[in-house]
Amino acid sequence: MGGREVNVPAAASTRSSATDSVRLDLKGITKSFPGVLANDHIDLTVEPGEIHVLLGENGAGKTTLMNILYGLYQPDEGEILVNGAPVKFHSPSDAIGAGIGMVHQHFMLIPVFTVAENVMLGSEMTRWFGFLDHRRARLEVQRLGQEFGLAVNPDALVESLSVGAQQRVEIVKALYRQAGVLILDEPTAVLTPSETEELLTVMQSLKRAGRSIVFITHKLGDAMQVADRITVLRGGRVVGATVPARSSEAELATMMVGHAIRLGVERPPAQPAAVVLSVKELTVRDDRGQLAVDNVSFEVRAGEIVTIAGVQGNGQTELVRALMGLDQVAAGRITVGGRDLTSASPRQTLDAGVGHVPEDRIKDGLIADFSIAENLALDVYYLPPYARGPILNPIEMLHNAEVRIPEFDIRTPSALTSAGSLSGGNQQRVVVAREFSRPVSLMIAAQPTRGLDVGSIEYIHERIVQLRDRGAAVLIVSSDLDEVLGLGDRIAVMYRGRMEGPFESEELTRDQIGLLMAGAAAAPDPASDGQAGRKP
Amino acid sequence: MNPKPQPAPGPNRAAVARAILQRVISPESTTWNSILVVLLAFVTALVVSAGFVIASEPTVFAAPDPITALSNAGAVVVNAYGALLAGAVGNPSSIAAAFNSGSASGVAQAFYPLSETLVAACPLIFTGLAVALGFRAGLFNIGGEGQVIAGGLAAGYVGFSVHGLPGIVELPLALVAGFVGGGLWGFVPGLLKARTGAHEVISTIMLNYVAIYLTYYFLNTAWFQRPGRTDPISRVVDAGAMLPSLAGVNLRVHAGVIIAVLAAIAVYFLLWRTVFGFEFRAVGSNPAAARAAGINVGRVVVLAMTLAGGLAGLAGASLILGTQFSLTPGFSSGLGFDGITVALLGRGNPAGVVAAALLFGGLRAGSIQMQASTSTPVDLVQVIEALVILFVAAPAVIRAIYRLRTAPVSAAPAVSPGWGA
Repeated sequence: MGGREVNVPAAASTRSSATDSVRLDLKGITKSFPGVLANDHIDLTVEPGEIHVLLGENGAGKTTLMNILYGLYQPDEGEILVNGAPVKFHSPSDAIGAGIGMVHQHFMLIPVFTVAENVMLGSEMTRWFGFLDHRRARLEVQRLGQEFGLAVNPDALVESLSVGAQQRVEIVKALYRQAGVLILDEPTAVLTPSETEELLTVMQSLKRAGRSIVFITHKLGDAMQVADRITVLRGGRVVGATVPARSSEAELATMMVGHAIRLGVERPPAQPAAVVLSVKELTVRDDRGQLAVDNVSFEVRAGEIVTIAGVQGNGQTELVRALMGLDQVAAGRITVGGRDLTSASPRQTLDAGVGHVPEDRIKDGLIADFSIAENLALDVYYLPPYARGPILNPIEMLHNAEVRIPEFDIRTPSALTSAGSLSGGNQQRVVVAREFSRPVSLMIAAQPTRGLDVGSIEYIHERIVQLRDRGAAVLIVSSDLDEVLGLGDRIAVMYRGRMEGPFESEELTRDQIGLLMAGAAAAPDPASDGQAGRKP
Repeated sequence: MNPKPQPAPGPNRAAVARAILQRVISPESTTWNSILVVLLAFVTALVVSAGFVIASEPTVFAAPDPITALSNAGAVVVNAYGALLAGAVGNPSSIAAAFNSGSASGVAQAFYPLSETLVAACPLIFTGLAVALGFRAGLFNIGGEGQVIAGGLAAGYVGFSVHGLPGIVELPLALVAGFVGGGLWGFVPGLLKARTGAHEVISTIMLNYVAIYLTYYFLNTAWFQRPGRTDPISRVVDAGAMLPSLAGVNLRVHAGVIIAVLAAIAVYFLLWRTVFGFEFRAVGSNPAAARAAGINVGRVVVLAMTLAGGLAGLAGASLILGTQFSLTPGFSSGLGFDGITVALLGRGNPAGVVAAALLFGGLRAGSIQMQASTSTPVDLVQVIEALVILFVAAPAVIRAIYRLRTAPVSAAPAVSPGWGA
């Protein structure tokens, strides 16, 4: 295909650098929701060709601000200027028309469509009589991919792509619509370390081409690495604006949270005692009958934290579900405190003193329509004092919530607020508050801090270490290397259903874990779309 | 909709009371807003239906000039809706006159419309509850019709075949039989769903047919068929198994209405004040999280379908033991499907179901009077009901017409609810 110039449509052909650059000014943006001032007179300028990092805790107002910029919300006050001219966005299509593109945290792709079809969706190129012009769309996807180092195969089905490749499709989709400003909402939260590196490189090349990027993140390292400027939001206001050269991760973290915090986990050496969880030759098949967990054996002792690293989709999910009694065990044996739980129900497992912070808190951890009080009692509602016989006692649920809400610093207007209306960090605090308030001998937490802000991460990590030091066995599954290294007394890595380790944490370097996560020596090839870690 | 615990004694009483109040009045709770939408949907349906009333009236189009046509149209609508209202709740002046005259039969006559409304509402409450209970547990119970029939068959059979028991035993026995019969018709699809994942919409529809044709079969067997008859009609239930009349022999209103209201209270209590209800609602809102929390989802599905079927079965029992006294083919007359409408209109809330059933009961009782005293056909009521549901299902239309504040959108991503959530 190479440099063959194709007759892309007039609009698409004018995408050479300068014409697409956009200067954005947000002035005095204010937006309130019932009971919350989400944005309080926020000023933000994005220059052409800069990477502007927006840092902030969950609930700081980043997402609201970006939803205003993308036309999903209308501001109560303030104005948006594009290249100096005031604009009003009534819908995302207005924003797209003004050259603003957004890559959401949750991808907006149709799994059964090809990459090219997804990219052209909504702004289809057509030939006579409205027939879709697939050929030009494919060529355009390839051209954009080559120009910015976004390797995607236009003919691959989106459902067959890795998370990283899907994200590249989202970026190509925005570029295809002539986005001069790209908003990336927490793009690295779902990526492996190597995919993150690739994304940061792509961002640099976009910047060189004159595109601007608003990079929403709370990974301070990523921010420091690529940012031209950094704006920090807290409580709906801008609390600081800086450049990486004149700042440090610690300073940024302090700005975000509002008080000095420790980065990393303070963790006295573990004092492991008796074995609590013992997994022997465990094999689990997924719902399509494929081997998801392949002959895995390990132990977790009281008073230690074992972390399992791995890229999403290598069997960790199925492992945890099998341990919790949510998925069937095909072969092998699970015991907790000497009790055989291999074929136990979820209720039996919970009753045996196992706590569970599920990987997907929205799907498995919370009932969005239920109040916080009800969610806090979700696995103890049938026990006294929440129930007497079959009769429920909602007052006790409220009393419990009134204790847990301050204890776990859940930010909510009331205990009767529905869990679905909380921010992600607060939802996770509800799950953690519930699971950590029960007497457990084993805590299994999957991705306990995914998508959370620095303050919440620090808090949850402290709680996990406290739990360990009170003598519980802790098993953490995480795809975040900082978390795996920061918490793990012993570290295991899962790749394609098999487990390496656990190793003593001193035995492994960060790089070695990264290699094991990618399947020992073979680092994933960015150009191939059926990525490492995806089962066929 | 939400747990409404009584304020507890103790230091937290004020906080609890405040929290409850907040829940009721906060923008999150769209209760008042949605009640307003339902009322306005009803008004809009009446306005639109007025067009049909006018269209069905030849004198409007035969009028010599537009002014006459308009006044004729107005008169037609006023007459039709006046008759509808009079047929549903009665005429206030005639009620007052009847009381003044002191004649018992006069009073009964004046309350006849109200009595008919309650008679029509009674089975609707049961079937509405049957659907609402399913909704809450995430189940779409389309099988009300079959459950009504199964309940009616069982209650009727006990009613006319068990003799020699005092009424105080025989009536409850017949009612229990109705509950069990309907419950069986709910249990089967519940079990199929829990064990094999068979979707309840499909299996309940199929069981509707089974029940309909079973009725034909049974009514031609010696167990059911009335002696000396060759057409499919059953024996008459014993007097002891009949639901007692609430207002004398001239009015049809019977004790089933009271049982229906008690059932609504029981469903409310079950859903919001018991461990089972917590499980039902948890499974209905998010089965994955309910399962992860240790709730046995399959058991909830079976239990909820069985109870829903039992409630619909009571609708059948109340029909046979309260108004019809013998079984005929088609005795359920679509009540199971009407239950879906009632539950939708009542927003899956027991109190809402009772209110919606009374509204529809009134429309049905009134429509007969309307057809008798004006030229507007009974079927208009079907149009009104359909339009009410249409507007309730599309609240955006009502909000746009009446420029209501839209329901607040939460900043957090909404979780997609399942069936009937």
